[in-house]
Amino acid sequence: MNASATVTVEGFVAESLATHGRDPRHLLQHLIRVQQRFSYVPDAAVEALSVALDVTRTQVRAAIAFYAFLHDRPRGAFEIRFSDNITDRMLGSRRLIRLLIERLGLTGLPAWGRDLVRPDGRASVGLASCTGMCDQGPALLVNGQAVTNLDAQRVDRIADLVQEGIPLERWPGEFFRVENNIRRRGLLLGNPATDGAAVRRLLDAGAEAALAEVERSGLRGRGGAGFTTALKWRFCREAPGTDRYVVCNADEGEPGTFKDRVLLTDYTDLVIEGMTVCAGVIGARRGFLYLRGEYRYLLPHLESVLQRRRAEGLLGTRILGADGFDFDIEIHLGAGAYICGEESALIESLEGKRGVTRKRPPFPVTSGFDDQPTVVNNVETFLAAARVVQWGGYWLRGEGTDQSAGSKILSVSGDCARPGIYEYPFGTPVHQVLSDCGAENTQAVQISGAAGATLSPADFDRIIAFEDLPTAGSFMIFDHSRDLLDMVRNFAAFFAHESCGFCTPCRVGGALLRNLVEKVAAGQGSEYDLSEMRRIGTVMRRASYCGLGHTAPNHVVNTLDKFPLIYGRRLARASHTPSFDLDAALSQARALTGRDDIGAHIGDGSEVSA
Amino acid sequence: MSKTFKLDGREIPFETGQTIMDAALAAGVYIPHLCHNPEFAPHGSCRVCVVDIGGRQVSACTAAASEGLEVDNSSEAIQETRRAILQMLFVEGNHVCPACEKSGACQLQAVAYYTGMLAPHFTHFFPRRSVDASHPDVVIDFNRCILCELCVRASRDHDGKRVFAISGRGLESHLVIDSHSGLLGDSSFAATDKAAHVCPTGAILPKGRGYETPIGERLYDREPISIVGDVRAHEEEVV
Repeated sequence: MNASATVTVEGFVAESLATHGRDPRHLLQHLIRVQQRFSYVPDAAVEALSVALDVTRTQVRAAIAFYAFLHDRPRGAFEIRFSDNITDRMLGSRRLIRLLIERLGLTGLPAWGRDLVRPDGRASVGLASCTGMCDQGPALLVNGQAVTNLDAQRVDRIADLVQEGIPLERWPGEFFRVENNIRRRGLLLGNPATDGAAVRRLLDAGAEAALAEVERSGLRGRGGAGFTTALKWRFCREAPGTDRYVVCNADEGEPGTFKDRVLLTDYTDLVIEGMTVCAGVIGARRGFLYLRGEYRYLLPHLESVLQRRRAEGLLGTRILGADGFDFDIEIHLGAGAYICGEESALIESLEGKRGVTRKRPPFPVTSGFDDQPTVVNNVETFLAAARVVQWGGYWLRGEGTDQSAGSKILSVSGDCARPGIYEYPFGTPVHQVLSDCGAENTQAVQISGAAGATLSPADFDRIIAFEDLPTAGSFMIFDHSRDLLDMVRNFAAFFAHESCGFCTPCRVGGALLRNLVEKVAAGQGSEYDLSEMRRIGTVMRRASYCGLGHTAPNHVVNTLDKFPLIYGRRLARASHTPSFDLDAALSQARALTGRDDIGAHIGDGSEVSA
Repeated sequence: MSKTFKLDGREIPFETGQTIMDAALAAGVYIPHLCHNPEFAPHGSCRVCVVDIGGRQVSACTAAASEGLEVDNSSEAIQETRRAILQMLFVEGNHVCPACEKSGACQLQAVAYYTGMLAPHFTHFFPRRSVDASHPDVVIDFNRCILCELCVRASRDHDGKRVFAISGRGLESHLVIDSHSGLLGDSSFAATDKAAHVCPTGAILPKGRGYETPIGERLYDREPISIVGDVRAHEEEVV
């Protein structure tokens, strides 16, 4: 970062364009590089990219404003972002943020979208929604690199390193160590080895036979929605189009989930193999791995696996010598937008645009990337698909329930002795997960992330399966020492921040909900406000454009139903409290008139009615 | 014999490829809408045209019509959802109907009346938004923008200019203008552009003609929007 003075913005952009091309769809990737180099995207880069890629400067600026990790004003040379998920907070992140702020001589507290920047440009401190390190938090990102297991000592040391201007490469290596914490292995995690067996099987048996195995397996997408994988692949295979694409959704933005990080670290070959098999089935020549910005540290590893597989003949032209089987994968980085986990928003983002959901139909299987048939699957789905093609459909069918074949990998965090990765057959009850991970005195479980369901002990006999509790994998535990309203506040702010803003109910409803939750938390709420929350939640669920808006009020509605006391004990009045303080609103008038007697005040409701 | 579906019990004929909105408009049945304009590709963002099909809510402007559908376009439950959406639009911006040049000929206001919205209801956000009067012929008041993207679509798809775009996300989403300064006056925008004539609120207004028709005698002062339809169809009358 210190060498930046010698390179002009224009020069850097020209180099990026020369190396990575002038496809307008690469806009976001160029912007991320500029951001990394200069700590923001200067106007000169906006102009240069807009001319070179033939996009309007407005489109460039709109992308910068949309993605949380891009900025139009300089951040610090050390750009620090604390993970602000509820699990990080439970592990003491708020105290550590304050400590670092104090040590760096900054004032105030950062909020989502509002970073503190030191006037000398040395450092900035901000927040990130959830960085996927919940089993080893509190965590932060410094210039995009994840630092785990924060404590006061580590934060102290970070402050020293920043003060002394020590480049990141010379920071202690253990700061950046990320553990896998695999606690329970099942069908998928039991054996990470692959030697291209699934691709060989595909070539031996043929695409139709491979697809038949996927059909036989009953595999459903592991991203949460649970669409039948074979059906998705078949629709895409049969859709008319000039090109076809395979996209691996490695956006893993759901708070509390981190299993894709582990799969991309230690099961990389299997994930890539799943994508390759899918390409063979649908007839795709290009694939994309859409990696969330928070996992940028995985880039060198992923690139090296792709490179090795190319050398082994498992990627590239004439895979394993088969004529016409050409397929290669590019990695695209995200830049901090939860909505990009939604498949059509992800495709928009792949095309270099703001990650706003597309109108459906048409669905991506018929009109996805570049309006061509596209399969978008989750990391875990591709891994499972590779094994299904290798070992056959019955292998997966042998475990799970009627409607949910196979296993599910869970990311367990929160109040338990052994947070980490657990793989279970579908049909496993919640209480078994709790006892395996050493959770005691559990008050609630938030399953499938902020967008999922809040479970009370009455739900702990329910089973993890599409027919009962579907989950993308997040499993956050709250014991009786926790105030669940802290969770609700965290999630409500999260959704208000992560709404893409396209449709009215999600954009406005999310903000209204957040404000009402804060009103109640501040002890200024009433029953009326609680019923307003329900009303807004209902409108969001019914009328929102995409899944984000449909699920965003879940945590509020679930906790109102199951944990009414977390709200009830804070209510100021039974029926109604105004949203602003009338007497305080008159303070300016009092100051102007110089009057401050009793008649210049408005008492609260009780005095007025008396 | 053409295909039909039922809208509030009435048979509506449709052709394959038509949306519920297309078919309803053709049959002369009103479904309230703001971001929809038949001249442009459906958008589905405002959600005001939400209808109920068997307990599932969809936007009529994007949902395909199909044989045998039973669509609820007017029950109290649907109107209540629409009312809440309109209330959200009103508190999100700064709408000053009594003083607005567009009052009485404003689609947002007219749809609000149609759904029975009598007050803003939610706590106002009171955002700080500017007015851009840099253009010689047209003024943009961002306080009244409801992010329907009609000007974005008109400029891009009809005028071939791409003057407008939406920037930011969530509640920070806002309309931006493609010029070096970000001002309309420095852009390629012209009063003759289609984009100058599609705004359903008073966000994009012609300069130099104020209150030509007195409030009280304007389009929706005389008849409800469900009878006279979109303001764009009456452009000459209202400006």
